[in-house]
Amino acid sequence: MRRAFAQTLCRIAKTDPRVMLLTADLGFMVLEDFADAYPDRFFNVGVAEANMIGLSTGLASCGYIPFVYSIATFASMRGYEQIRNGPVFHNLPVRIIGVGGGFEYGHGGFTHHALEDLAIARIQPGLTVISPADYRQAIAAIEETHTLPGPIYYRIGKRDDYVLPGLEGRFRLGRAETITEGDDLLIVSVGSISSEAFSAREKLAGLGINATVAVVSSLRPAPKEDLRELLGRFSVALTVEEHYVDGGLGSLVCETAAESGSGCRVVRCGVREMPGICGGEAFLRDRSGLSVEGIFGTALAALDEGARSFGGLG
Amino acid sequence: MNREQITPYRIRKIIIEESKRAHVGHIGSALSVADILAVLFGAELRQCGTDDPQRDRFILSKGHAALTLYAALQLKGIIDEDQLHTYCGDNSLLGVHPEHHLPGVDFSTGSLGHGLSVGAGVALAARLSGNDYRAFVLVSDAECNEGSLWETVMFAAHHKLSNLVAIVDDNGQQAFGKTKDVIDLNPLAEKWRVFGWDVHEVDGHDFDRLQSTLRSLNTESGPPHVLIAKTVCGKGVSFMEGKVAWHYMPLTDDQYTMALEELEAGRT
Repeated sequence: MRRAFAQTLCRIAKTDPRVMLLTADLGFMVLEDFADAYPDRFFNVGVAEANMIGLSTGLASCGYIPFVYSIATFASMRGYEQIRNGPVFHNLPVRIIGVGGGFEYGHGGFTHHALEDLAIARIQPGLTVISPADYRQAIAAIEETHTLPGPIYYRIGKRDDYVLPGLEGRFRLGRAETITEGDDLLIVSVGSISSEAFSAREKLAGLGINATVAVVSSLRPAPKEDLRELLGRFSVALTVEEHYVDGGLGSLVCETAAESGSGCRVVRCGVREMPGICGGEAFLRDRSGLSVEGIFGTALAALDEGARSFGGLG
Repeated sequence: MNREQITPYRIRKIIIEESKRAHVGHIGSALSVADILAVLFGAELRQCGTDDPQRDRFILSKGHAALTLYAALQLKGIIDEDQLHTYCGDNSLLGVHPEHHLPGVDFSTGSLGHGLSVGAGVALAARLSGNDYRAFVLVSDAECNEGSLWETVMFAAHHKLSNLVAIVDDNGQQAFGKTKDVIDLNPLAEKWRVFGWDVHEVDGHDFDRLQSTLRSLNTESGPPHVLIAKTVCGKGVSFMEGKVAWHYMPLTDDQYTMALEELEAGRT
């Protein structure tokens, strides 16, 4: 996704002279094409994220559309107050690119694991929050949203070789995208982990359990109408996110279910505690129940629990 | 003409009157920068208070001196007297810290260590677009405690943002005491100098000196500029001058009368 982002930005910058790219000294071997093509619109500000957000606020107030780039933890949190008091409060078109959601920087350790970025981003009024599920959707999302008047946080994954089946690169702001249909279970996922959610769905299908999988890439504005409609059709919904279970997609779906009075039970797959141990992305995902097996197991348990409470078998 | 209209005395009189009316503090910090804002709004800032994209921007990074800014905006005719009187009232655009919904406020402030980076972004935008507007950012001396400020100091020097002008209100006081006792900033001018800025140490209450210094700056090329403006917190009211308490305290009736009499006596 990050290379797709860089290539898309190069393309957009060709016709939109307002587009700029700032990095806090990250993006080696990713951002060079932009830097070479538009040297006067590329700034490596050094290891100084707070300043990068402030600079981009000033630039945006004077008509530019600055994209600021860093690893998701640093992009979303080091300058969080500057984001709040700057582009959010003044409604300015600053684009914050946070690379590597969840455990994508696996061995990088806890400092590099973005587990709360979506939560803290989606509570800011007027801050659009987008987390694409694959590189094709990332391209579509950036192309569709880059001229929005207000600020945007994009959580961009590292993988550039994966295509989520059924998504076909679709992106619509404030909408959910259903990629497969089934009547037994609703699975709602966000971002790169959607690949595992889809595989878990295939595994469930092997047991004759058919799930609808909906991808939510636009967390703010949230696809409330789509979620309401989906939740109304199922008794159990499983949310899947590479993020703490609090504050992100799971919370959004719970809020929507409660507010709409759908009666749908929501089971959240996500990170519940600090990892506290080193390992690769697959290992860390698995420890948090976010592998295909983990999601599959949680889905079966949720359906079983639902059947018991519904049928009085327990 | 502006010199007669926006005088330090008139700004200070408004500060005393409005802070008494609203029964709020930050009076010492506001009086400290009255002369600086009189110079900026009286003569230096181009097209301030307009929506002209070519206007100079002013960022009051030490947002707790907002009342000084409101006074300048009213004397400049950007806001009217009735609006000024809503200071710190309910349903008002004039809070303790300035917000951009009020005409003439380019950027909302109140959180220290943020304004200079936004000003640097404005200065960079002007340069990239081939325009000659400038960014003036007024920071407090204690604001130089903020690490984020120094991130911008380094960036602006590296990129030679000559159209960025910082003014440090060096009154030697902060919320809990003297700056030299909290976090000693000295030698402050030297710090900015070694970071690559064009440094001017001036008396922050000398109107003519402030004006001539600002006019002497080369904002077309070279390094960014900083005026280390030596000031006195509470300047103009003897019982406030240099007293840490006036960072927060509001005025009693007697103090109010005395303050206005002193300002009148020392009117310039």
